[in-house]
Amino acid sequence: MAKITVCIGSSCHLKGSRKVVEELQYLVKTNKLDDDVELGGAFCMGKCGAEGVSVTVNDKYYAVDPAKVTEFFDDVVVKAVNEEKKA
Amino acid sequence: MNRFDTKVQYLKYRVLREVARLAWKDKLYDKMLDIPAMIVPGKTPTMRCCVYKERAILNERVKLAMGGDKSNHNVIEVIDIACDDCPSGGYEVTSACRGCLAHRCEAACKKGAITFDHNQKAHIDKSKCIECGMCSKVCPYSAIINLKRPCENSCKVKAITMSEDMCAQIDNEKCINCGACVYQCPFGAISDKSYILDVIDLIKKSNKNKKYKVYAIVAPSIAGQFKDVSLGQVVSAIKELGFYSVIEVALGADMVANKESLELAEKGFLTSSCCPAFVKYVEQQFPDLAKHVSSNLSPMAMLAQYIKNMESNCKVVFIGPCTAKKAEYRKKEIHKLVDSVITFEELQALIDSKDIDMSALEEGHLDNASYYGRIFARSGGLTDAVRQALKENGKESFPFNPIVCDGIEQCKIALLRKSKNLLPNNFIEGMACVDGCIGGAGCLTHGVKNKSEVDVYGKEALEKNIHDAIGYLGLTDKN
Repeated sequence: MAKITVCIGSSCHLKGSRKVVEELQYLVKTNKLDDDVELGGAFCMGKCGAEGVSVTVNDKYYAVDPAKVTEFFDDVVVKAVNEEKKA
Repeated sequence: MNRFDTKVQYLKYRVLREVARLAWKDKLYDKMLDIPAMIVPGKTPTMRCCVYKERAILNERVKLAMGGDKSNHNVIEVIDIACDDCPSGGYEVTSACRGCLAHRCEAACKKGAITFDHNQKAHIDKSKCIECGMCSKVCPYSAIINLKRPCENSCKVKAITMSEDMCAQIDNEKCINCGACVYQCPFGAISDKSYILDVIDLIKKSNKNKKYKVYAIVAPSIAGQFKDVSLGQVVSAIKELGFYSVIEVALGADMVANKESLELAEKGFLTSSCCPAFVKYVEQQFPDLAKHVSSNLSPMAMLAQYIKNMESNCKVVFIGPCTAKKAEYRKKEIHKLVDSVITFEELQALIDSKDIDMSALEEGHLDNASYYGRIFARSGGLTDAVRQALKENGKESFPFNPIVCDGIEQCKIALLRKSKNLLPNNFIEGMACVDGCIGGAGCLTHGVKNKSEVDVYGKEALEKNIHDAIGYLGLTDKN
Protein backbone atom coordinates (compact mmCIF):
# COMPACT_ATOMS: atom_id res chain seq x y z
CA MET A 1 0.00 0.00 0.00
CA ALA A 2 1.36 3.42 -0.96
CA LYS A 3 1.38 5.84 1.93
CA ILE A 4 0.61 9.45 1.05
CA THR A 5 0.93 12.08 3.74
CA VAL A 6 -0.23 15.62 3.13
CA CYS A 7 0.92 18.47 5.35
CA ILE A 8 -2.04 20.31 6.86
CA GLY A 9 0.02 22.62 9.07
CA SER A 10 -0.66 26.36 8.97
CA SER A 11 1.70 27.29 6.11
CA CYS A 12 0.56 24.47 3.85
CA HIS A 13 -3.05 25.10 4.77
CA LEU A 14 -2.64 28.65 3.53
CA LYS A 15 -0.98 27.34 0.36
CA GLY A 16 -3.97 25.12 -0.33
CA SER A 17 -3.53 21.79 1.41
CA ARG A 18 -7.30 21.42 1.75
CA LYS A 19 -7.60 21.41 -2.04
CA VAL A 20 -4.78 18.88 -2.33
CA VAL A 21 -6.37 16.56 0.24
CA GLU A 22 -9.86 16.85 -1.24
CA GLU A 23 -8.66 16.20 -4.77
CA LEU A 24 -6.50 13.29 -3.73
CA GLN A 25 -9.44 11.82 -1.79
CA TYR A 26 -11.58 12.21 -4.91
CA LEU A 27 -8.97 10.78 -7.28
CA VAL A 28 -8.27 7.78 -5.05
CA LYS A 29 -11.98 7.04 -4.95
CA THR A 30 -12.70 7.49 -8.67
CA ASN A 31 -9.65 5.42 -9.60
CA LYS A 32 -10.76 2.75 -7.15
CA LEU A 33 -7.46 2.81 -5.33
CA ASP A 34 -8.93 2.80 -1.82
CA ASP A 35 -7.18 -0.46 -1.02
CA ASP A 36 -3.89 0.60 -2.55
CA VAL A 37 -3.44 4.04 -1.09
CA GLU A 38 -3.37 5.14 2.52
CA LEU A 39 -4.01 8.85 2.79
CA GLY A 40 -2.90 10.62 5.94
CA GLY A 41 -2.06 14.01 7.29
CA ALA A 42 0.74 15.65 9.24
CA PHE A 43 1.15 18.96 10.98
CA CYS A 44 4.25 20.47 9.41
CA MET A 45 7.04 18.74 7.56
CA GLY A 46 9.55 21.44 8.25
CA LYS A 47 9.48 22.84 4.70
CA CYS A 48 7.25 25.83 5.23
CA GLY A 49 9.31 27.86 2.76
CA ALA A 50 8.71 25.48 -0.14
CA GLU A 51 6.58 26.56 -3.08
CA GLY A 52 3.65 24.24 -2.89
CA VAL A 53 2.06 21.96 -0.37
CA SER A 54 4.34 19.44 1.30
CA VAL A 55 3.41 15.86 0.45
CA THR A 56 5.28 12.62 0.98
CA VAL A 57 4.67 9.43 -0.98
CA ASN A 58 6.24 6.45 0.76
CA ASP A 59 8.40 8.92 2.66
CA LYS A 60 9.68 10.63 -0.49
CA TYR A 61 9.11 14.39 -0.39
CA TYR A 62 7.22 16.45 -3.00
CA ALA A 63 6.06 20.07 -3.06
CA VAL A 64 2.70 19.95 -4.79
CA ASP A 65 1.05 22.84 -6.61
CA PRO A 66 -2.65 22.76 -5.60
CA ALA A 67 -3.55 23.59 -9.22
CA LYS A 68 -1.76 20.49 -10.48
CA VAL A 69 -2.96 17.74 -8.19
CA THR A 70 -4.19 15.55 -11.06
CA GLU A 71 -0.77 15.62 -12.72
CA PHE A 72 0.86 14.78 -9.39
CA PHE A 73 -1.58 11.93 -8.90
CA ASP A 74 -0.91 10.46 -12.35
CA ASP A 75 2.85 10.99 -12.31
CA VAL A 76 3.68 10.06 -8.75
CA VAL A 77 0.87 8.33 -6.90
CA VAL A 78 -0.26 5.96 -9.63
CA LYS A 79 3.36 5.14 -10.39
CA ALA A 80 4.07 4.38 -6.75
CA VAL A 81 1.01 2.13 -6.57
CA ASN A 82 2.04 0.25 -9.72
CA GLU A 83 5.57 -0.22 -8.48
CA GLU A 84 4.27 -1.64 -5.22
CA LYS A 85 1.99 -4.00 -7.09
CA LYS A 86 4.93 -5.26 -9.14
CA ALA A 87 6.96 -5.83 -6.04
CA MET B 1 3.71 49.83 25.91
CA ASN B 2 2.61 48.07 29.10
CA ARG B 3 2.59 44.39 28.48
CA PHE B 4 0.66 43.60 31.65
CA ASP B 5 -2.38 45.05 33.37
CA THR B 6 -0.81 45.13 36.82
CA LYS B 7 2.51 45.22 38.65
CA VAL B 8 1.59 41.95 40.34
CA GLN B 9 1.59 40.25 36.94
CA TYR B 10 4.92 41.88 36.16
CA LEU B 11 6.44 40.59 39.39
CA LYS B 12 5.16 37.09 38.72
CA TYR B 13 6.54 37.32 35.20
CA ARG B 14 9.99 38.30 36.45
CA VAL B 15 10.11 35.30 38.74
CA LEU B 16 8.94 32.97 35.98
CA ARG B 17 11.49 34.44 33.59
CA GLU B 18 14.40 33.97 35.99
CA VAL B 19 13.33 30.45 36.87
CA ALA B 20 13.08 29.61 33.18
CA ARG B 21 16.38 31.27 32.36
CA LEU B 22 18.18 29.10 34.90
CA ALA B 23 16.27 25.99 33.88
CA TRP B 24 17.33 26.27 30.23
CA LYS B 25 20.94 26.37 31.44
CA ASP B 26 20.48 23.50 33.92
CA LYS B 27 21.43 25.82 36.73
CA LEU B 28 18.13 26.16 38.53
CA TYR B 29 18.94 23.95 41.50
CA ASP B 30 22.28 25.69 42.09
CA LYS B 31 20.94 29.21 41.81
CA MET B 32 17.26 29.26 42.69
CA LEU B 33 17.93 30.62 46.16
CA ASP B 34 19.55 33.67 44.57
CA ILE B 35 16.46 34.64 42.56
CA PRO B 36 14.75 36.72 45.30
CA ALA B 37 17.83 38.90 45.84
CA MET B 38 18.22 39.26 42.09
CA ILE B 39 14.72 40.70 41.85
CA VAL B 40 14.91 42.72 45.09
CA PRO B 41 18.53 43.81 45.42
CA GLY B 42 19.86 46.18 48.07
CA LYS B 43 18.32 47.05 51.40
CA THR B 44 15.49 49.39 50.50
CA PRO B 45 12.09 47.76 50.32
CA THR B 46 9.88 48.67 47.36
CA MET B 47 6.79 46.58 48.06
CA ARG B 48 6.58 45.49 51.68
CA CYS B 49 7.84 46.42 55.13
CA CYS B 50 11.39 45.21 54.51
CA VAL B 51 13.44 43.47 51.85
CA TYR B 52 13.51 40.29 53.92
CA LYS B 53 9.78 39.88 53.75
CA GLU B 54 9.86 40.75 50.06
CA ARG B 55 12.44 38.06 49.47
CA ALA B 56 10.61 35.53 51.60
CA ILE B 57 7.51 36.08 49.47
CA LEU B 58 9.58 35.88 46.31
CA ASN B 59 10.85 32.52 47.49
CA GLU B 60 7.25 31.37 47.60
CA ARG B 61 6.75 32.69 44.10
CA VAL B 62 9.80 30.74 42.94
CA LYS B 63 8.23 27.65 44.47
CA LEU B 64 5.00 28.31 42.57
CA ALA B 65 6.94 28.85 39.36
CA MET B 66 8.44 25.41 39.96
CA GLY B 67 5.10 23.67 40.33
CA GLY B 68 4.02 24.78 43.81
CA ASP B 69 2.97 22.69 46.79
CA LYS B 70 2.74 19.09 45.60
CA SER B 71 0.57 18.09 48.56
CA ASN B 72 -2.14 20.54 47.50
CA HIS B 73 -3.96 19.26 44.43
CA ASN B 74 -5.49 22.65 43.62
CA VAL B 75 -3.63 24.52 40.87
CA ILE B 76 -4.54 27.78 42.64
CA GLU B 77 -2.66 28.47 45.84
CA VAL B 78 -2.56 31.13 48.55
CA ILE B 79 0.85 32.51 49.49
CA ASP B 80 0.11 32.91 53.20
CA ILE B 81 2.83 35.42 53.98
CA ALA B 82 1.89 37.57 50.98
CA CYS B 83 -1.72 37.95 52.10
CA ASP B 84 -2.10 41.44 53.52
CA ASP B 85 -5.01 40.36 55.74
CA CYS B 86 -7.20 43.02 54.13
CA PRO B 87 -10.01 44.44 56.23
CA SER B 88 -13.24 42.65 55.61
CA GLY B 89 -15.67 44.38 57.87
CA GLY B 90 -18.53 44.59 55.40
CA TYR B 91 -20.49 47.87 55.18
CA GLU B 92 -18.95 50.78 57.04
CA VAL B 93 -19.63 54.49 57.26
CA THR B 94 -16.60 56.54 56.25
CA SER B 95 -15.53 60.06 57.13
CA ALA B 96 -17.35 61.24 54.00
CA CYS B 97 -20.58 61.08 56.03
CA ARG B 98 -21.65 64.72 56.37
CA GLY B 99 -24.20 64.21 59.08
CA CYS B 100 -27.00 65.31 56.76
CA LEU B 101 -30.64 65.76 57.64
CA ALA B 102 -32.22 63.43 55.11
CA HIS B 103 -31.04 60.18 56.71
CA ARG B 104 -31.83 58.19 53.59
CA CYS B 105 -29.59 55.45 54.96
CA GLU B 106 -31.79 55.04 57.97
CA ALA B 107 -34.92 54.88 55.85
CA ALA B 108 -33.37 52.34 53.48
CA CYS B 109 -32.29 50.01 56.27
CA LYS B 110 -34.99 47.43 56.87
CA LYS B 111 -33.20 46.07 59.91
CA GLY B 112 -32.89 49.25 61.90
CA ALA B 113 -29.13 48.89 61.99
CA ILE B 114 -28.37 52.57 61.44
CA THR B 115 -28.09 55.00 64.32
CA PHE B 116 -26.74 58.55 64.56
CA ASP B 117 -24.34 60.20 66.98
CA HIS B 118 -24.60 63.72 68.36
CA ASN B 119 -23.09 65.07 65.11
CA GLN B 120 -25.82 63.36 63.10
CA LYS B 121 -23.22 61.03 61.63
CA ALA B 122 -24.38 57.53 60.80
CA HIS B 123 -23.17 54.33 62.45
CA ILE B 124 -23.95 50.74 61.54
CA ASP B 125 -24.83 48.26 64.25
CA LYS B 126 -23.02 45.15 63.03
CA SER B 127 -25.21 42.84 65.08
CA LYS B 128 -28.23 43.94 63.06
CA CYS B 129 -26.67 44.56 59.62
CA ILE B 130 -27.36 41.87 57.00
CA GLU B 131 -24.99 43.36 54.42
CA CYS B 132 -27.79 44.11 51.96
CA GLY B 133 -26.06 47.30 50.82
CA MET B 134 -29.21 49.42 50.56
CA CYS B 135 -27.77 52.20 52.78
CA SER B 136 -24.71 52.39 50.57
CA LYS B 137 -26.83 52.72 47.44
CA VAL B 138 -28.94 55.61 48.71
CA CYS B 139 -26.24 57.77 50.34
CA PRO B 140 -25.83 60.90 48.18
CA TYR B 141 -22.21 61.24 49.33
CA SER B 142 -21.25 57.61 48.69
CA ALA B 143 -20.13 57.69 52.31
CA ILE B 144 -20.97 54.05 53.04
CA ILE B 145 -18.58 51.54 51.55
CA ASN B 146 -18.38 47.79 51.48
CA LEU B 147 -15.11 46.59 52.89
CA LYS B 148 -14.99 43.26 51.17
CA ARG B 149 -11.74 41.57 50.36
CA PRO B 150 -10.92 41.70 46.65
CA CYS B 151 -10.29 37.95 46.65
CA GLU B 152 -13.63 37.15 48.26
CA ASN B 153 -15.34 39.66 46.03
CA SER B 154 -13.84 38.14 42.90
CA CYS B 155 -14.74 34.60 43.90
CA LYS B 156 -18.32 34.25 42.75
CA VAL B 157 -18.46 30.61 43.81
CA LYS B 158 -17.67 31.63 47.40
CA ALA B 159 -14.66 29.38 47.74
CA ILE B 160 -12.59 31.99 49.56
CA THR B 161 -12.97 32.61 53.26
CA MET B 162 -10.77 33.97 56.00
CA SER B 163 -8.73 31.70 58.24
CA GLU B 164 -8.47 32.33 61.99
CA ASP B 165 -5.29 34.33 61.45
CA MET B 166 -7.11 36.53 58.89
CA CYS B 167 -5.34 34.99 55.89
CA ALA B 168 -7.32 34.09 52.78
CA GLN B 169 -8.00 30.40 52.39
CA ILE B 170 -9.44 28.47 49.48
CA ASP B 171 -12.03 25.74 49.88
CA ASN B 172 -10.78 23.25 47.30
CA GLU B 173 -14.17 21.56 47.17
CA LYS B 174 -15.78 24.76 45.93
CA CYS B 175 -12.93 26.25 43.88
CA ILE B 176 -13.37 25.93 40.12
CA ASN B 177 -9.78 27.03 39.34
CA CYS B 178 -10.97 29.99 37.25
CA GLY B 179 -8.21 32.20 38.65
CA ALA B 180 -10.39 35.29 39.21
CA CYS B 181 -8.78 35.74 42.65
CA VAL B 182 -5.32 35.34 41.13
CA TYR B 183 -5.97 38.27 38.85
CA GLN B 184 -7.82 40.34 41.44
CA CYS B 185 -5.67 40.08 44.58
CA PRO B 186 -3.86 43.43 44.74
CA PHE B 187 -0.99 41.86 46.69
CA GLY B 188 -0.50 38.90 44.43
CA ALA B 189 -1.10 36.60 47.36
CA ILE B 190 -2.99 34.04 45.33
CA SER B 191 -1.32 32.49 42.35
CA ASP B 192 -1.62 29.66 39.87
CA LYS B 193 1.01 26.97 39.90
CA SER B 194 3.27 26.96 36.92
CA TYR B 195 4.35 24.01 34.84
CA ILE B 196 6.93 25.86 32.76
CA LEU B 197 9.64 23.54 34.04
CA ASP B 198 7.77 20.56 32.60
CA VAL B 199 7.58 22.36 29.28
CA ILE B 200 11.27 23.25 29.27
CA ASP B 201 12.03 19.64 30.13
CA LEU B 202 9.81 18.34 27.31
CA ILE B 203 11.55 20.61 24.83
CA LYS B 204 15.05 19.76 26.03
CA LYS B 205 14.52 16.03 26.07
CA SER B 206 13.04 16.09 22.57
CA ASN B 207 16.58 16.56 21.29
CA LYS B 208 15.51 19.34 18.93
CA ASN B 209 12.30 17.48 18.06
CA LYS B 210 14.23 14.47 16.80
CA LYS B 211 13.33 12.10 19.62
CA TYR B 212 9.70 13.23 19.57
CA LYS B 213 7.99 16.34 18.31
CA VAL B 214 6.65 18.94 20.72
CA TYR B 215 3.58 20.72 19.38
CA ALA B 216 2.33 24.01 20.81
CA ILE B 217 -1.42 24.40 20.53
CA VAL B 218 -2.55 27.96 21.01
CA ALA B 219 -5.94 29.24 22.15
CA PRO B 220 -7.70 31.77 19.91
CA SER B 221 -7.74 34.34 22.72
CA ILE B 222 -4.09 34.98 21.82
CA ALA B 223 -5.33 37.52 19.26
CA GLY B 224 -4.50 40.91 20.69
CA GLN B 225 -2.50 39.60 23.65
CA PHE B 226 0.96 40.57 22.45
CA LYS B 227 0.54 44.25 21.77
CA ASP B 228 3.77 45.38 20.17
CA VAL B 229 4.29 42.47 17.78
CA SER B 230 2.16 40.62 15.26
CA LEU B 231 0.60 37.25 15.94
CA GLY B 232 2.81 35.80 13.21
CA GLN B 233 5.88 36.92 15.13
CA VAL B 234 4.56 35.32 18.32
CA VAL B 235 4.16 32.07 16.37
CA SER B 236 7.78 32.36 15.20
CA ALA B 237 8.88 33.04 18.78
CA ILE B 238 7.11 29.89 19.99
CA LYS B 239 9.05 27.92 17.40
CA GLU B 240 12.26 29.63 18.48
CA LEU B 241 11.61 28.29 21.96
CA GLY B 242 12.02 24.83 20.51
CA PHE B 243 8.49 23.78 19.65
CA TYR B 244 8.24 21.80 16.43
CA SER B 245 5.10 23.48 15.18
CA VAL B 246 2.27 25.74 16.33
CA ILE B 247 -1.37 24.83 15.73
CA GLU B 248 -4.47 26.82 16.58
CA VAL B 249 -6.87 25.35 19.11
CA ALA B 250 -9.64 27.07 17.17
CA LEU B 251 -9.46 24.01 14.89
CA GLY B 252 -10.39 21.92 17.92
CA ALA B 253 -13.20 24.40 18.53
CA ASP B 254 -14.50 23.80 14.99
CA MET B 255 -14.49 20.07 15.72
CA VAL B 256 -16.33 20.67 19.00
CA ALA B 257 -18.96 22.96 17.44
CA ASN B 258 -19.66 20.37 14.77
CA LYS B 259 -20.12 17.51 17.24
CA GLU B 260 -21.95 19.66 19.75
CA SER B 261 -24.59 20.64 17.20
CA LEU B 262 -25.29 16.99 16.43
CA GLU B 263 -25.39 16.02 20.09
CA LEU B 264 -27.74 18.90 20.83
CA ALA B 265 -30.09 17.98 18.00
CA GLU B 266 -30.14 14.41 19.31
CA LYS B 267 -30.57 15.11 23.02
CA GLY B 268 -32.68 18.25 22.84
CA PHE B 269 -30.89 19.95 25.73
CA LEU B 270 -27.21 20.51 26.35
CA THR B 271 -24.69 22.68 28.10
CA SER B 272 -21.30 23.38 26.61
CA SER B 273 -18.24 21.56 27.93
CA CYS B 274 -15.47 23.81 26.65
CA CYS B 275 -14.83 25.73 29.84
CA PRO B 276 -13.33 23.46 32.49
CA ALA B 277 -14.25 25.86 35.29
CA PHE B 278 -17.91 25.80 34.21
CA VAL B 279 -17.89 22.01 33.95
CA LYS B 280 -16.40 21.71 37.42
CA TYR B 281 -18.99 24.14 38.76
CA VAL B 282 -21.83 22.04 37.36
CA GLU B 283 -20.32 18.86 38.78
CA GLN B 284 -19.84 20.41 42.21
CA GLN B 285 -22.92 22.54 42.62
CA PHE B 286 -25.49 20.98 40.28
CA PRO B 287 -24.59 17.28 40.12
CA ASP B 288 -28.07 16.41 38.85
CA LEU B 289 -27.44 18.53 35.77
CA ALA B 290 -24.02 16.99 35.01
CA LYS B 291 -25.66 14.54 32.62
CA HIS B 292 -26.61 17.48 30.41
CA VAL B 293 -23.02 18.66 29.97
CA SER B 294 -21.90 17.90 26.44
CA SER B 295 -19.89 14.69 26.22
CA ASN B 296 -17.42 16.43 23.93
CA LEU B 297 -13.86 16.99 24.91
CA SER B 298 -12.81 20.61 25.21
CA PRO B 299 -11.30 22.17 22.06
CA MET B 300 -7.85 21.81 23.66
CA ALA B 301 -8.27 18.09 24.30
CA MET B 302 -10.08 17.51 21.01
CA LEU B 303 -7.24 18.97 18.98
CA ALA B 304 -4.62 17.20 21.08
CA GLN B 305 -6.43 13.92 20.48
CA TYR B 306 -6.43 14.55 16.73
CA ILE B 307 -2.71 15.31 16.73
CA LYS B 308 -1.89 12.24 18.81
CA ASN B 309 -4.01 10.01 16.59
CA MET B 310 -1.96 11.29 13.70
CA GLU B 311 1.33 10.89 15.48
CA SER B 312 1.30 8.89 18.69
CA ASN B 313 4.86 9.60 19.71
CA CYS B 314 4.56 13.34 20.14
CA LYS B 315 4.00 15.82 22.94
CA VAL B 316 1.35 18.53 23.06
CA VAL B 317 1.53 21.71 25.12
CA PHE B 318 -1.49 24.00 25.39
CA ILE B 319 -0.85 27.73 25.58
CA GLY B 320 -3.85 29.75 26.65
CA PRO B 321 -5.48 32.31 28.92
CA CYS B 322 -6.75 29.84 31.46
CA THR B 323 -5.75 28.59 34.89
CA ALA B 324 -8.58 26.04 34.95
CA LYS B 325 -7.03 24.36 31.92
CA LYS B 326 -4.15 23.48 34.22
CA ALA B 327 -6.57 21.54 36.38
CA GLU B 328 -8.20 20.01 33.30
CA TYR B 329 -5.01 18.59 31.82
CA ARG B 330 -4.03 17.06 35.13
CA LYS B 331 -7.05 14.77 34.97
CA LYS B 332 -5.84 11.30 34.03
CA GLU B 333 -7.84 10.93 30.84
CA ILE B 334 -6.85 14.37 29.54
CA HIS B 335 -3.20 14.05 30.53
CA LYS B 336 -2.87 11.27 27.96
CA LEU B 337 -3.70 13.86 25.31
CA VAL B 338 -2.23 17.09 26.69
CA ASP B 339 1.26 16.92 28.19
CA SER B 340 1.33 20.35 29.77
CA VAL B 341 -0.45 23.70 29.98
CA ILE B 342 0.95 27.20 30.26
CA THR B 343 -0.65 30.64 30.16
CA PHE B 344 0.10 33.65 27.96
CA GLU B 345 1.82 35.22 30.98
CA GLU B 346 4.09 32.21 31.16
CA LEU B 347 4.66 32.21 27.40
CA GLN B 348 5.87 35.80 27.63
CA ALA B 349 8.26 34.79 30.43
CA LEU B 350 9.56 31.82 28.43
CA ILE B 351 10.15 33.91 25.32
CA ASP B 352 12.04 36.52 27.31
CA SER B 353 13.98 33.89 29.24
CA LYS B 354 15.64 33.02 25.95
CA ASP B 355 16.09 36.69 25.03
CA ILE B 356 14.09 36.25 21.86
CA ASP B 357 13.41 39.59 20.21
CA MET B 358 9.96 38.99 18.77
CA SER B 359 9.92 42.24 16.81
CA ALA B 360 12.93 41.03 14.81
CA LEU B 361 11.35 37.74 13.82
CA GLU B 362 9.73 36.90 10.52
CA GLU B 363 6.01 36.28 10.32
CA GLY B 364 5.00 32.74 11.11
CA HIS B 365 1.63 31.30 10.18
CA LEU B 366 -1.29 30.17 12.29
CA ASP B 367 -4.16 29.09 10.10
CA ASN B 368 -6.30 25.99 10.18
CA ALA B 369 -9.59 26.91 11.76
CA SER B 370 -12.66 28.71 10.51
CA TYR B 371 -14.03 32.04 11.64
CA TYR B 372 -16.36 30.17 13.99
CA GLY B 373 -13.65 28.19 15.70
CA ARG B 374 -11.72 31.34 16.36
CA ILE B 375 -14.56 33.33 17.93
CA PHE B 376 -14.86 30.71 20.69
CA ALA B 377 -12.46 33.00 22.53
CA ARG B 378 -15.19 35.48 23.37
CA SER B 379 -18.52 35.17 25.08
CA GLY B 380 -21.24 34.25 22.57
CA GLY B 381 -18.79 32.81 20.05
CA LEU B 382 -19.48 29.20 20.93
CA THR B 383 -23.19 29.77 20.51
CA ASP B 384 -22.66 31.39 17.11
CA ALA B 385 -20.55 28.41 16.11
CA VAL B 386 -23.11 25.82 17.24
CA ARG B 387 -25.83 27.73 15.36
CA GLN B 388 -23.67 27.66 12.24
CA ALA B 389 -22.86 23.95 12.71
CA LEU B 390 -26.56 23.13 13.02
CA LYS B 391 -27.02 24.84 9.67
CA GLU B 392 -24.08 23.12 8.03
CA ASN B 393 -25.26 19.76 9.33
CA GLY B 394 -28.75 20.26 7.89
CA LYS B 395 -30.35 20.55 11.32
CA GLU B 396 -31.86 23.97 10.70
CA SER B 397 -35.24 22.73 11.80
CA PHE B 398 -33.94 22.22 15.32
CA PRO B 399 -35.48 25.03 17.42
CA PHE B 400 -32.16 26.35 18.71
CA ASN B 401 -32.79 28.52 21.74
CA PRO B 402 -29.47 29.26 23.42
CA ILE B 403 -28.62 31.26 26.49
CA VAL B 404 -25.18 32.84 26.57
CA CYS B 405 -23.87 32.91 30.14
CA ASP B 406 -21.09 35.45 30.40
CA GLY B 407 -19.31 34.73 33.67
CA ILE B 408 -20.01 32.20 36.40
CA GLU B 409 -22.72 34.32 38.05
CA GLN B 410 -24.83 34.17 34.91
CA CYS B 411 -24.07 30.45 34.64
CA LYS B 412 -25.35 29.98 38.16
CA ILE B 413 -28.66 31.69 37.40
CA ALA B 414 -29.25 29.63 34.27
CA LEU B 415 -28.34 26.39 36.05
CA LEU B 416 -30.59 27.24 38.98
CA ARG B 417 -33.48 27.86 36.63
CA LYS B 418 -32.76 24.65 34.76
CA SER B 419 -32.67 22.69 38.02
CA LYS B 420 -36.17 23.99 38.76
CA ASN B 421 -37.35 23.36 35.20
CA LEU B 422 -37.82 27.08 34.67
CA LEU B 423 -35.30 27.58 31.88
CA PRO B 424 -36.91 28.15 28.49
CA ASN B 425 -33.62 27.63 26.62
CA ASN B 426 -32.26 24.37 25.25
CA PHE B 427 -28.58 25.22 25.14
CA ILE B 428 -26.40 26.80 27.83
CA GLU B 429 -23.13 28.36 26.79
CA GLY B 430 -21.25 28.39 30.08
CA MET B 431 -18.12 30.49 30.43
CA ALA B 432 -16.74 31.07 33.92
CA CYS B 433 -14.85 34.23 33.02
CA VAL B 434 -16.67 37.43 32.17
CA ASP B 435 -16.21 38.14 28.42
CA GLY B 436 -15.26 34.50 27.88
CA CYS B 437 -11.71 33.21 27.49
CA ILE B 438 -10.35 36.68 26.74
CA GLY B 439 -11.23 37.46 30.37
CA GLY B 440 -9.08 34.56 31.57
CA ALA B 441 -6.72 35.00 34.49
CA GLY B 442 -3.69 33.94 32.43
CA CYS B 443 -4.13 36.72 29.87
CA LEU B 444 -1.45 39.40 29.72
CA THR B 445 -4.02 42.12 29.27
CA HIS B 446 -7.76 42.41 29.66
CA GLY B 447 -8.47 45.43 27.48
CA VAL B 448 -11.79 46.46 26.06
CA LYS B 449 -10.40 46.02 22.55
CA ASN B 450 -9.59 42.34 23.03
CA LYS B 451 -13.07 41.30 21.93
CA SER B 452 -12.85 43.11 18.63
CA GLU B 453 -9.33 41.74 18.13
CA VAL B 454 -10.78 38.24 18.36
CA ASP B 455 -13.40 39.10 15.77
CA VAL B 456 -10.76 40.53 13.45
CA TYR B 457 -8.66 37.39 13.92
CA GLY B 458 -11.77 35.33 13.16
CA LYS B 459 -12.41 37.17 9.93
CA GLU B 460 -8.81 36.66 8.82
CA ALA B 461 -9.32 32.89 8.79
CA LEU B 462 -8.91 31.33 5.36
CA GLU B 463 -11.84 29.01 6.00
CA LYS B 464 -15.18 30.68 6.42
CA ASN B 465 -17.28 27.66 7.37
CA ILE B 466 -16.81 24.95 9.97
CA HIS B 467 -17.04 22.10 7.46
CA ASP B 468 -14.44 23.79 5.27
CA ALA B 469 -12.02 23.70 8.17
CA ILE B 470 -12.68 20.15 9.30
CA GLY B 471 -14.45 18.40 6.42
CA TYR B 472 -11.31 17.26 4.66
CA LEU B 473 -9.80 15.98 7.88
CA GLY B 474 -12.24 13.10 7.79
CA LEU B 475 -14.08 14.42 10.78
CA THR B 476 -17.40 15.56 9.49
CA ASP B 477 -20.02 13.18 10.71
CA LYS B 478 -23.36 13.85 9.09
CA ASN B 479 -25.27 10.87 10.46
